[in-house]
Amino acid sequence: MEYNITNYCNIKDNKIFHNGQEIYRNKGELPFLDFIKGAYKELEIAYPKFYKMDSLSKLSLIASSVLLDNYKEELDEKMAIVLSNRSGCIDIDRIHQTNIDEDGIAGARPANFVYTLPNISLGEISIKYQLRSENSFFIFDSFNPNFLIAYSKSLINLKKCNSLLVGWVEVNEEAYNGFLFMIEPKPGMELTEKKLLELI
Amino acid sequence: MENGNLHIYTAGGACVTSLGMNLEENIANIKAGKSGIHKHEDKNLSAEAFYGAIINKEKLEKAFNLTVYKGIFTTLEKMFLIALKDVLNDYQAYVNEDCGIIFSMTKGNIDDLSSDSPNYLHDLAQKVSRTIGMKNEAIVLSNACVSGIMAVSVAKRLIHTGLYKHCLVVGGDIFSRFVFSGFQSFQAVSNEPCKPYDKDRDGITLGEAAAAIFVSKDKSVFGTKTVYEIVGEGSINDANHISGPSRTGEGLFQSVKSAIDEAGIEAKEIDCISSHGTATMYNDEMEAQAFNRIDLQDIPVFSLKACYGHTLGAAGLLEAVVSLRFADENLIPPSFNYKEHGLTLPLNINTEVQKKDINYVLKTASGFGGSNTAVIFKKV
Repeated sequence: MEYNITNYCNIKDNKIFHNGQEIYRNKGELPFLDFIKGAYKELEIAYPKFYKMDSLSKLSLIASSVLLDNYKEELDEKMAIVLSNRSGCIDIDRIHQTNIDEDGIAGARPANFVYTLPNISLGEISIKYQLRSENSFFIFDSFNPNFLIAYSKSLINLKKCNSLLVGWVEVNEEAYNGFLFMIEPKPGMELTEKKLLELI
Repeated sequence: MENGNLHIYTAGGACVTSLGMNLEENIANIKAGKSGIHKHEDKNLSAEAFYGAIINKEKLEKAFNLTVYKGIFTTLEKMFLIALKDVLNDYQAYVNEDCGIIFSMTKGNIDDLSSDSPNYLHDLAQKVSRTIGMKNEAIVLSNACVSGIMAVSVAKRLIHTGLYKHCLVVGGDIFSRFVFSGFQSFQAVSNEPCKPYDKDRDGITLGEAAAAIFVSKDKSVFGTKTVYEIVGEGSINDANHISGPSRTGEGLFQSVKSAIDEAGIEAKEIDCISSHGTATMYNDEMEAQAFNRIDLQDIPVFSLKACYGHTLGAAGLLEAVVSLRFADENLIPPSFNYKEHGLTLPLNINTEVQKKDINYVLKTASGFGGSNTAVIFKKV
């Protein structure tokens, strides 16, 4: 069976889309954190750990919830997760840095520090959906569909997984763009660079 | 399976650490029983004296001045460039459009963040990459403490899928106030040099390093060096907790199993394990659980953290480079600072340099976010 893009989610411009359909729109121009909290409530994600997460994990968790909470079949617990972005977890890095600049080591807080690694967002998705699976976080200058396709295919060819949750989860203060898609051995959209550039 | 019969190899490698500016200096120091961990007083890093494995910056400058690279570089960029220069001495001819470059790091030039520099990891990688004349875009893997060894898996995967014929893999992180303060807030830093697997272990010691290695599908590029095939690998998440390892070692167990299954070997064929061994209570116990579940408890295991501290994004790669260099001579490196067994299950901790025919080396790592990686190298 060919591997195809079967589902996708976009979070951008104060809106959330599931397979191209708008499912949430923010009223007014709220800051990112208010926007994503509004989405969490209205989409009834019901996962209180959300509140303690940094902005990157919040964006990643909401995007994955849109796809996986609405998934009709049993989840593939070996579904690999491959995320990427430009800014890593720079929002929480700035918070931790400000804390230690102001108060020295005493200013460092475990609840912040733990999020100062971008792959924590992978961990949060893995925990919520109990996916004990391959997981990787890459940093690029901009969305790199060519790489994501090659890497996803390598995981499939090496039999490391049979489906994947892949995407771009960028958040840097008020500049954000979340795009997650599923790759499965099912009918769907062709997995090409052109298609991904169209969908993001 | 596409490319099913493809074999992917590595050999040699380079490093810049608290124990030396090149791999041979590092190996000699470890054989002499030396550790890079020392007591430091540096008010820029901590108000109080602390143990750390920190690179001597005068030696770093000297080593950097011996390279051909000119320009303004940060400490981390210099570390990357020195390690890369050593690798390029042997493989410069293959650094072309068929060659990729994978960077493993967690925090990059994080000590510049306070001065409002943006600190984008990809910008740093691209700068280093262009300096050495790479054509292809740099790939940055940032998967916490497993990044270094996982970058070797990523290189293997990308070569397997046909994106490249060869890959440079380089990993590095600096000793920063940012990370040191964070681990202190977790009360995870030992007041002494760390003691992996020991009864009295009480936390990590941080370090800084860079390491580099060349990975290729063409065995002949390695010349007369001792060559290792990357025969199996896996990186499975615990799906348990973002800042603590699974108590059952589930993710590490599955990662090692994935690597062993791909290699098509029995667990008992592994000759030594270069483990993660951070010397926190939870990590070391978790590794004991995972290794026992897969019946590896009698295989000699060593943690290089008592030599180098925890070097974060460099750790897995540095430890693999050093372990393979020992394996070249059929030796197993020592795990320092282990006196009394401090785990609820048995492990065969290797405390002295030991002679043994080495065919299979297992390298593992685990980290925040529930990440785990295992890679098996086979001497060919």
